[in-house]
Amino acid sequence: MASESLTLEREREREGGTTILETLHDWAVTVDHKRLGILYIVYGIVFLAIGGLEAAIMRIQLMSANNHFVTPQVFNRMMTMHGTTMVFLVGVPILFGFGNYLVPLMIGARDMAFPRLNALGFWLTAFGGLLLYFSFIGGEGLSGAGSAPDVGWFAYAPLTAKAFSRGHSTDYWTLAILLGGFGTVGTAVNIVTTVISMRCPGMTLGKMPLLAWMFFTMSAMTLIVMTPLTAAQIMLTIDRYLGGHFFDTQAGGSALLWQHFFWIFGHPEVYVLIIPGFAFVSEILPVFSRKAIFGYPAMVAAVVGIGFVSLGVWAHHMFTVGMNSGANSFFALATMAVGIPTGIKLFNWLGTLWGGKIRFRVPMMFCLAFLFQFLIAGLTGIMLAAVPFDWQVSDSYFVVAHFHYVLVGALVFTIFAAMYYWFPKASGKMLSETLGKWHFWLFVIGFHLTFDTMHIPGLLGMPRRIYTYEADRGWELLNLICTVGVLFQGVAIVIFLWNVIRSLLWGRPAGNDPWDAWTLEWAVSSPPPHYNFALLPVVRSRRPLWDFKHPEDPDWKYQQ
Amino acid sequence: MTAALPVTAAVPEDWRLPDRGVVGMWCLIIAESAIFTIFVVAYVYYLGKNLSGPEPRDILELPIFISLCLWASSFTVELAVRALRRGEERAFTGFWLATLVLALVFMGGTAREWHHLIYAKGFTIRTNLFGTTYYSLVGLHAFHVIVGIVGLAVVLALALKGEVHREHAHRTHVLGLYWHFVDVVWVIVFTVVYVIGR
Repeated sequence: MASESLTLEREREREGGTTILETLHDWAVTVDHKRLGILYIVYGIVFLAIGGLEAAIMRIQLMSANNHFVTPQVFNRMMTMHGTTMVFLVGVPILFGFGNYLVPLMIGARDMAFPRLNALGFWLTAFGGLLLYFSFIGGEGLSGAGSAPDVGWFAYAPLTAKAFSRGHSTDYWTLAILLGGFGTVGTAVNIVTTVISMRCPGMTLGKMPLLAWMFFTMSAMTLIVMTPLTAAQIMLTIDRYLGGHFFDTQAGGSALLWQHFFWIFGHPEVYVLIIPGFAFVSEILPVFSRKAIFGYPAMVAAVVGIGFVSLGVWAHHMFTVGMNSGANSFFALATMAVGIPTGIKLFNWLGTLWGGKIRFRVPMMFCLAFLFQFLIAGLTGIMLAAVPFDWQVSDSYFVVAHFHYVLVGALVFTIFAAMYYWFPKASGKMLSETLGKWHFWLFVIGFHLTFDTMHIPGLLGMPRRIYTYEADRGWELLNLICTVGVLFQGVAIVIFLWNVIRSLLWGRPAGNDPWDAWTLEWAVSSPPPHYNFALLPVVRSRRPLWDFKHPEDPDWKYQQ
Repeated sequence: MTAALPVTAAVPEDWRLPDRGVVGMWCLIIAESAIFTIFVVAYVYYLGKNLSGPEPRDILELPIFISLCLWASSFTVELAVRALRRGEERAFTGFWLATLVLALVFMGGTAREWHHLIYAKGFTIRTNLFGTTYYSLVGLHAFHVIVGIVGLAVVLALALKGEVHREHAHRTHVLGLYWHFVDVVWVIVFTVVYVIGR
């Protein structure tokens, strides 16, 4: 007893002795999947705030007709940086962060398959982001947003040619994405390998948590969709630096080829982003419905199906470039076909709720809002897949509203659900329910004010990416409402950040298993020890913790 | 509750999962294949779309000898790995060295070809669309060969120091997978650039 307390004291002394510098050093050299996961998520949240500010600047500019809050050049830069930031520096890192943190824990592994590759992936992504933002320095100075890229997040040729994009703004964009892309592919390789090679004894593919299945699908997709973008960026760099002609229309190059290459990446990328959202909902919804997920095999089949079909839909971004009707029909039908597996998923989530004992905690509320909003996002998606309709509203605010409904209404909501659900595991502290509810309701109100309304100016003919508009178009009130919604969302995010800080400092201890959940990460302490599992678990069903808590009625009696 | 897991449950017999090195290399190969696909598509798409000469048939010659060298190196690397699996370290070093030499011959041939094209024919990456796509695609492959050569050389250096033994056969196998991939890509590049494209 005495010696035990002595050891404890020594340990405490050692901990007390660590300086801030040592702590920072520990985090910088870490190869622990949990720490890297947290680094990814924190990095993503920082850029979420920055990207959100850029959006706010655009919304203020568009708040009223003939507004001159910023110059057209700054507006273009904000538009480009907002899109690029949200996709490459927020969506991908946050989701890979969760994947990093959760996948090894949920499949009963002690770390990822390649811990050092994991660290390399994070730091490549991190420096890619810094490189992109370094572009704000120089050029026209900070008030002119420096030499930040201004070619739009999909950087259509020939806008990116040397002749039309002088200086280095486009190079920052290209190199930052190239660099981040290598990191992303590295992490994707890691997740796929971890899922295939690191599962604990007994965890066959059919007993894997849905989250692991979905991150596996998403990472496997990343391998083949991120790389075409890498290839296209290499071509663009060759054009800009070595005088190549890939996208140089003066020498017979094709501007259209860039569009194909970009969207071969760009559309599956949307599914790369949303499938982890499905993953979070598929884990959280059952726990707060007190029921096992409905239709597990159908869910797996549907997500893998979405992965495959989504590889053949890219040109629905290009209906207005004048493809032949055969191509138009193919891409329209393929796009609508995505609705089938997606519908299966929605019905399975509803089936999970059906007859459950629903607990309206904050993670659950975000999930329920997701179900409703994702349905609407999907429906406008089907509308846009109809070629004649797309011809009318392509490049209008209707499209902007549609994809923000997917990426905010669905993805960001599920990310918040995941934050509230797994924060106690990662930090050992509970987030406040009251603040969480404020966050939820303000964000719901703000989201609907902004993005429901945004459909209408689109239908009225307001093109996307315009810097300002005349007063007589009837778009003013609608745009004002959109901007007011941003205010609500901003306050909600501030409340969320405060909730996180407050909980870290004074939060209620969470314990190992605050939600009475069923997957392996809740079997270890919060936060989990460095090695995750002292003894590797052995599982016999999809809900190992249920089996443990209910030895009289274990799942493995019913599951094969 | 810590570690309070049903570890008592019977461990399924022969619980073995695929090796992570092999799986990771296959993932990398899949990802790299996508990059090469895009470059091959660009090459094929721009065939015959040049606004000015030269065309592939005017200046390209079939690099048969160096191609055979590269493909032969796939066999030697496989023989090396098999030798190491049997514990024959000298045979391993010999075959591994042969692989490296064949790879260097291939790169030497490419260097000669490029030197000839650039200095004798004045054909560069800027000349026309064909120049851009040709140097990019062949160059991308050459880059992968160089990466492979570095890997081969490191292993060879370790082998000469006597630090590669039977238990490392598995790692040389993973590097060998990459090397096979580089060779298979050359089958495609060779066919597209030098056979069909000409």
